[in-house]
Amino acid sequence: MGELQVERHVAYILTAEKRKDDFESVVMEHLRLNGAYWGLTTLDILGKLDAVDKDEVISWVMQCQHESGGFGGNIGHDPHMLYTLSAIQVLALFDKLHVLDIDKVSSYIAGLQNEDGSFSGDMWGEVDTRFSYIAICSLALLRQLDKIDVGKAVKYIVSCKNVDGGFGCTPGAESHAGQIFCCVGALAITGSLHHVDKDLLGWWLCERQVKSGGLNGRPEKLPDVCYSWWVLSSLIMIDRVHWINKEKLAKFILDCQDKEKGGISDRPDDAVDVFHTYFGVAGLSLLEYPGLKPIDPAYALPVSVVNKVILGK
Amino acid sequence: MDTGEDKRTRIPFKERPEWADVKPVPQDDGPCPVVPIAYTEDFSETMDYFRAIYLDDERSPRALQLTAEAIPLNPGNYTVWQFRRVVLEALGVDLHEELKFVDRIAGENTKNYQIWHHRRWLAEKLRADAVTNELEFTKKIFSQDAKNYHAWSHRQWVLQALGGWENELAYCQQLLEDDIYNNSAWNQRYFVVTRSPLLGGLAAMRELEVNYTVQALRASPENESPWRYLRGLYKNDTQSLVEDSQVASVLLDVLTSKNNHVHALSLLLDLLSHGFEPREELKSAVDVLTPQSCSPDLPLAKRICSILEHADPMRINYWNWRKSTIPVQSAKCQNTDRLADLSMQDNL
Repeated sequence: MGELQVERHVAYILTAEKRKDDFESVVMEHLRLNGAYWGLTTLDILGKLDAVDKDEVISWVMQCQHESGGFGGNIGHDPHMLYTLSAIQVLALFDKLHVLDIDKVSSYIAGLQNEDGSFSGDMWGEVDTRFSYIAICSLALLRQLDKIDVGKAVKYIVSCKNVDGGFGCTPGAESHAGQIFCCVGALAITGSLHHVDKDLLGWWLCERQVKSGGLNGRPEKLPDVCYSWWVLSSLIMIDRVHWINKEKLAKFILDCQDKEKGGISDRPDDAVDVFHTYFGVAGLSLLEYPGLKPIDPAYALPVSVVNKVILGK
Repeated sequence: MDTGEDKRTRIPFKERPEWADVKPVPQDDGPCPVVPIAYTEDFSETMDYFRAIYLDDERSPRALQLTAEAIPLNPGNYTVWQFRRVVLEALGVDLHEELKFVDRIAGENTKNYQIWHHRRWLAEKLRADAVTNELEFTKKIFSQDAKNYHAWSHRQWVLQALGGWENELAYCQQLLEDDIYNNSAWNQRYFVVTRSPLLGGLAAMRELEVNYTVQALRASPENESPWRYLRGLYKNDTQSLVEDSQVASVLLDVLTSKNNHVHALSLLLDLLSHGFEPREELKSAVDVLTPQSCSPDLPLAKRICSILEHADPMRINYWNWRKSTIPVQSAKCQNTDRLADLSMQDNL
């Protein structure tokens, strides 16, 4: 198994996109702001956020903002909730939320709430519980939750609860660990966890651990490092994390490292990427791996950052 | 419509006379990018021309053609799709043609949010015309990836917004015949049984569905999906689950077979906590499975938890917790329980 290759992962993130890797660079182009969030949060958990030029990052992030108040995935791209949360999270990492026109950003997000309490991702109207989480997490970080109808938002999320205790993207959709994170996270942030059947959901979530120690996102699917985050954070939020075998999960994540070039992949021996590097390191942080900063399971930011933003500490 | 798929014959925009009047706009990645990106030449050139017409808001046939070339280069680019919809609306293009275009792109990008969203936008415009096409299209996706989350989400939306429920239960049946472990198909079955306007709801369907599920459980008792489905059929009516003789009978069959019995024991545990009184043969089946190290004087529910701790060590803490929640029945039992607990701790 070996240990977490901290220095190599830092080097991997700092140089990741300089490599001539056509496919990955093309798909990253439009979600560069998500990539920045994954990379920078990983650096912060590893205690190396000062390796990047803070002013450059903030100046670039602010150039991704659209006149509507929302953010695009890159400069000149159309705004979407997905990138707006990443922008807020990146600014929070650097304690720079004050550079935002908070009223404008929060009005953009609040404007995407629908009559039934759900949220659309953008002006084109796709509805998904992912966007409920994004809206609630973003507005909580901006301390503007009063701009939306929280009661209706919670009611919509609860309408997506299934008989197995999990949640899907819309009412009746299959339970999926990624969607469960979003729903449980949104309920946690709004103080509504009493709507979760914790024992039933906890059992479904701990059933996601397979023989190798890794976690899958749905029954009969392959394990993937990204579920170390989605499943683990959900289990922590509902206080049932002791129901899985943590040692075996930590070993699975460490087995997914590229020990020479740095980075973490979805499964052992696959190609690494920034997305899975983030989820692997964040998962290990939730498992209290030594030397890592603790990460908040609901806000997906280091606890120190959340304390500063939410509690002013 | 040409999708620009054949890269060998691609003529750069700068050499095309019809684009001579457009000045390309390069990507501004900032002075020192946090996430610097190495782009390919075709991709860069196409996007430079896209930026030019996008900034100019040029809603023309050539703009439509340009998006058709840009999308295959990166089907995840949200802005290009969005602009394409603006142009399609402005030009009043026949959307049946657009459906063919998106069919071609979607076949290779089945996990891309933008494509599914574009399909939904089209289906909303075409309404009844789109139902068969969309149901067939998702079917095609499931023939390669039966658990594709986007496709399931799209199919559920089509059924609820546009209809087409007639053959849905039969389709679930077929998918489960192909793979009884397909949790997405079980979920869809529940979706149909509880939401189809043609079937009369859960109460009307329960008996048939229990019959079906019980068969599936006998065939593959280690499969977690039908166990959860069975519980779902008795949502808000646990008493009927406890009293259903078919359920007790399938539990007995599974526990006396050599199969994996974790899920059967877990359900039995639930039933016991709701007042189920098992017959002697079911108790004997549990006796046979009980590890020798476990005291035979322990209450049935506690012995079941001990079996589960051995059979499913990955989740030993979960079963341990289940054991701790078992209600104590009487003072006499309580006493035996305590003694037994002590001996259990030695054994664990």
